[in-house]
Amino acid sequence: MSDQRPDNSILVKRLLLTVAGMFAFGFALVPLYDVFCEVTGFNGRTSNEAAVYQEVEVDESRTVTVQFITRNAKGIPWKFEPSIKQVKIHPGEVKVVNFLASNPTSSNMVAQAIPSVAPAEASLYLNKVECFCFNQQPLAAGSDAEMPMQFYLDPDIPDHITTFTLSYTLYDMTANTSAEQMAQLLKTE
Amino acid sequence: MSTAVEETHHDTHHDHKPYGIGRWLFTTNHKDIGSMYLWFSFIMFLTGGAMAMVIRAELFQPGLQLVDPHFFNQMTTVHGLIMVFGAVMPAFTGLANWMIPMMIGAPDMALPRMNNWSFWILPFAFVILLGSLFMEGGGPAFGWTFYAPLSTTYSSDSTALFVFAIHIMGISSIMGAINVIVTIMNMRAPGMNYMKMPLFVWTWFITAFLLIAVMPVLAGAVTMVLTDKYFGTSFFDAAGGGDPVMFQHIFWFFGHPEVYIMILPSFGIISAIIPAFTRKRLFGYASMVYATAAIALLSFLVWAHHMFTTGMPVFAELFFMYCTMLIAVPTGVKIFNWVATMWRGSMTFETPMLFALAFVILFTIGGFSGLMLAITPVDFQYHDTYFVVAHFHYVLVTGAIFSIMAASYYWLPKWTGHMYDTTLAKTHFWTSLISVNVLFFPMHFAGLAGMPRRIPDYATQFADINQIASIGGFAFGLSQLIFLWVAIKCVKGGEKAEAKPWEGAEGLEWTVPSPAPYHTFEKPPKVE
Repeated sequence: MSDQRPDNSILVKRLLLTVAGMFAFGFALVPLYDVFCEVTGFNGRTSNEAAVYQEVEVDESRTVTVQFITRNAKGIPWKFEPSIKQVKIHPGEVKVVNFLASNPTSSNMVAQAIPSVAPAEASLYLNKVECFCFNQQPLAAGSDAEMPMQFYLDPDIPDHITTFTLSYTLYDMTANTSAEQMAQLLKTE
Repeated sequence: MSTAVEETHHDTHHDHKPYGIGRWLFTTNHKDIGSMYLWFSFIMFLTGGAMAMVIRAELFQPGLQLVDPHFFNQMTTVHGLIMVFGAVMPAFTGLANWMIPMMIGAPDMALPRMNNWSFWILPFAFVILLGSLFMEGGGPAFGWTFYAPLSTTYSSDSTALFVFAIHIMGISSIMGAINVIVTIMNMRAPGMNYMKMPLFVWTWFITAFLLIAVMPVLAGAVTMVLTDKYFGTSFFDAAGGGDPVMFQHIFWFFGHPEVYIMILPSFGIISAIIPAFTRKRLFGYASMVYATAAIALLSFLVWAHHMFTTGMPVFAELFFMYCTMLIAVPTGVKIFNWVATMWRGSMTFETPMLFALAFVILFTIGGFSGLMLAITPVDFQYHDTYFVVAHFHYVLVTGAIFSIMAASYYWLPKWTGHMYDTTLAKTHFWTSLISVNVLFFPMHFAGLAGMPRRIPDYATQFADINQIASIGGFAFGLSQLIFLWVAIKCVKGGEKAEAKPWEGAEGLEWTVPSPAPYHTFEKPPKVE
């Protein structure tokens, strides 16, 4: 009777291939998610690269309020806050906002700020020309720094977005930085 | 489904089996492996249940009495993991092993040696998982959903053991699923075409495809947790460019099909039992098959309804809300088909039927609370409260586990050759039915009133409701010891069971003697 039955090994191989494919798909979800977030603005991420400012017409008929929030992740004792809590800006207009950071500890430290925008849709229209969040930020023991963030809003920003919040969470990266890297970072600063 | 089958005489006289422990260690017999799966899942059910007793004892009154919060978190976590991967899933695999070959007229599973492996790696996985509880820093305490960064940045050193245990459980399930698919596709008796297969076989067939689609994704997710925690990757670490919300997307891409993995075989069981005790054919066989397939396909499109509060765009929330509600349609088809099967039937109320009826009613309650949770705006209130706990215990305990109990009583005479003690069995049913509702129904109200889940202490206004739930919990736990007693008693002896102890039962499994001989259908039966 077994000779009438189809060959099991072909089916088993196909199923194992499916399993391997789905395992790979699990990992493929990581880059897919990144692309998805970038295209749709899902999850409020902003671009990690500097936008080149294009000469756009400033739309003076509209004003958008941009609010700034800062937050320290667990275990980083820096003081970190925006110099101004919110700005009103016309789409197309370029503004600079300074963020103040100080390292009250007695050791040199490196931090990384991660941005997030709420509502997420607004992140698609926020163009940062310059931002401290593009790079890791070193601070020598006891020193402080003024970190600039220069941005403009795409004039295509939908009318229903009248206010949005840009938040930065500061993470301690000192443990991931070698002594030489630290010296290098502090020197270029 | 009408399958007229010739009497099979050939199997009674070569019923020899190996002796001693070797029989169980090296067996490739689907019935032996099925029995081992079922006993293993019962042991895990009692283990996970003992943890639930710790949880309910701590919640009996407000304040911290018995255990410290960290241990409480380990109990909720490991209770969930054990019940999902140790109790419900192996019980279904055990039923599949026992019943699928007998239902489709096959002599055994298609890949018997792999079958042995897929069972025997399972105890090791759970020894590793349970062993991690005794390590310094404790076992997993981040919830069975192991959200990052709880499972990465903030987890105990034993997390690697949790990861490896999940890997082994996943490999076991995948091997079991491959075996089921190959058996069903290649081993059916002549004439047993797809649309003649019993619904238990159909639902398991679809479940097996869900398993091979999503268990590898779970393996990927735990691997990412492992490398994030121990090898410095940043899949879920925002500081390194990762995203903790992505963890939830990957997890629930596995997690939602997983909850259907734990309920689809139940639908098959109930679709066997209700016609048997109604003495009527199942109403709408074909629609049952299509509804099962529809539920399986939709399960891949609804995962984000577990994460409405993570801050999604409104469009995404609406998409997932409507897709989720759409699942109520094929599920409703099933419920109405069962009710229509009973309509004007000659019903009798043996224990399997009692559990099946309780399943239909109580699973529907769980389904309705699921619909409430699917409504995005109100989910913001219900999210992470006891309402969610009540919802998924209604679908998993009075759903999946009640169906497993129904299946056990239905097929025990076939497995053991004896009738179970009907008085004890009915006692088990009624005590379980009452206590499970005392246990879980009040949780709806606690949740609506705002009591969060996964906490060892709570505001005093929830004291009465928790006390009632705890009393129900202890009663439900004790009731399961009756089940253990009935099962052991039935294995040891009892009234001799006929080949077909249920008047209205249909299917090939009832054409072989009781107890089912060690080897059945060595010559395939004729199916018309």
